[in-house]
Amino acid sequence: MIGLSLGRVVALMARYWYVLKGSIPRLLDIAYWPTVQMVVWGFMSVYLREQSGLISGAFGILLAAVLLWDVLFRGQLGLALCFLEDVWSRNLANLFVSPLRPAEMGLAMIGMSLVRTLIGVVPASVLAIWFFGFSVYSLGLALVGFFFTLIMFGWAIGLAVAGLILRWGAGAENLAWGVMFAIMPLAAVYYPVAVLPGWLQPIAWAMPPAYAFEGMRAVLIGHHVDAGLMVRGLALDALYLALGFLAFVRCFELARRRGLILQQGE
Amino acid sequence: MSLQSPAIVVADLVKRYDQVNAVDGISFTVPSGSVTALLGGNGAGKTTTIAMMLGLLVPTSGSVRVLGHDMARQRARVLGRMNFSSPYVDLPHRLTVRENLKVFGRLYGVRDLGRRIQALADTLELDAVLDRPAGKLSAGQKTRVALAKALINEPEVLLLDEPTASLDPDTGDWVRSLLEGYRKGRGATILLASHNMAEVERLADQALMMKQGRIVDRGPPAALIAAYGRTSLEEVFLDIARNRGYAAATVEAAS
Repeated sequence: MIGLSLGRVVALMARYWYVLKGSIPRLLDIAYWPTVQMVVWGFMSVYLREQSGLISGAFGILLAAVLLWDVLFRGQLGLALCFLEDVWSRNLANLFVSPLRPAEMGLAMIGMSLVRTLIGVVPASVLAIWFFGFSVYSLGLALVGFFFTLIMFGWAIGLAVAGLILRWGAGAENLAWGVMFAIMPLAAVYYPVAVLPGWLQPIAWAMPPAYAFEGMRAVLIGHHVDAGLMVRGLALDALYLALGFLAFVRCFELARRRGLILQQGE
Repeated sequence: MSLQSPAIVVADLVKRYDQVNAVDGISFTVPSGSVTALLGGNGAGKTTTIAMMLGLLVPTSGSVRVLGHDMARQRARVLGRMNFSSPYVDLPHRLTVRENLKVFGRLYGVRDLGRRIQALADTLELDAVLDRPAGKLSAGQKTRVALAKALINEPEVLLLDEPTASLDPDTGDWVRSLLEGYRKGRGATILLASHNMAEVERLADQALMMKQGRIVDRGPPAALIAAYGRTSLEEVFLDIARNRGYAAATVEAAS
């Protein structure tokens, strides 16, 4: 058994980074939507502060929610887009006849997703301080926990989406943009899980985002860190991430059996 | 591995899709340091065979061993000693040629990569395009860049799918000279699929004639031409494509 190679992971990350650094429009696009979302929800918060006791008591609750939602969404999208870059450029066969392993490809896409997410979310979070006087960094160390709870789930879904694209071809690429919005109603981004009908609540608690967003509200409204929520969220993440890797590797093996790798991009 | 011992051993290889055998029980060996050509019309099974030799495709039955390793199960052990080029597989368009070669050099664990890239740029006359995006090159330049990627790790086994497709005669001849030089200099084993019969006559030690997933004839190009009583491999190819065996072809050639 030959082990995984950090050198190959870094090599593939460099491939994705070269695409980004060579295109100012792409870099701006990554930061654009999180910033627009932050501005819209910031003004909404300003308006609701006058109308709502909840918002006046915890002004940043919507802004923190939208920024953390972007961590989840951008984490998943960033990973899936890395994979799509190689589908679109018909490069997958070159990669998979090299010593690169599917798991190394998964790790490289995860690394690049982290970079893309930070490029997208950090400028928006800084602008939120400037525009609305709200710092998401006031969540303190708990923010690190929320960030990883969310982005790890994004990676898990992104890996599964990449596997499905490998299985179904570019026809499945709309999943990269849409899949997270199917999960959003159950993620408890803007409202507590308790708002959901009773039969939906177990489904919401079966996914890590609910733990992060409930934990965020505990900090901003209750002014305490619920470590139990964070631990359960991260434990679920480990499970989902393992399943995401498994789905990606299984789809790769299926593609090898069905001859799908050489057909990608056609 | 000693000279003339097989670098590639293909045994009873079958690839079935639904009810169709894309490759139907083929067997052959490629001696180390030799050039073997897979010939056949569209859909004959050449690309499917190459994909199984690379481990990109798992055979339905049979086996491919490259440098002693089973490609269905042990491909990770040997992929670093092989490489591949095809006009149907591209390099990332937005990366420059240099960036592409850096990425693949690192994936193959090439030491002293800067020097290797420069050496390839010199050999393949790529200096002027090293810092241009790969997607903005002419067909001839793209072929040379694809060859640079295929040679980045100085492979012992080189698999080429139509290496001179869509090239003008001058560039095609230049590529063939390069491959001859690489085979001699490196002692490499080359397997190529081609529709260019003159190319095969010039480069190949043996030709495998494929039709409907099977090898219907094989041998050194000169021997095949003689056996069919023809003057070129292209005529042999047409005899096989049109179901004319040795006897019919020989009679027709004599008349």
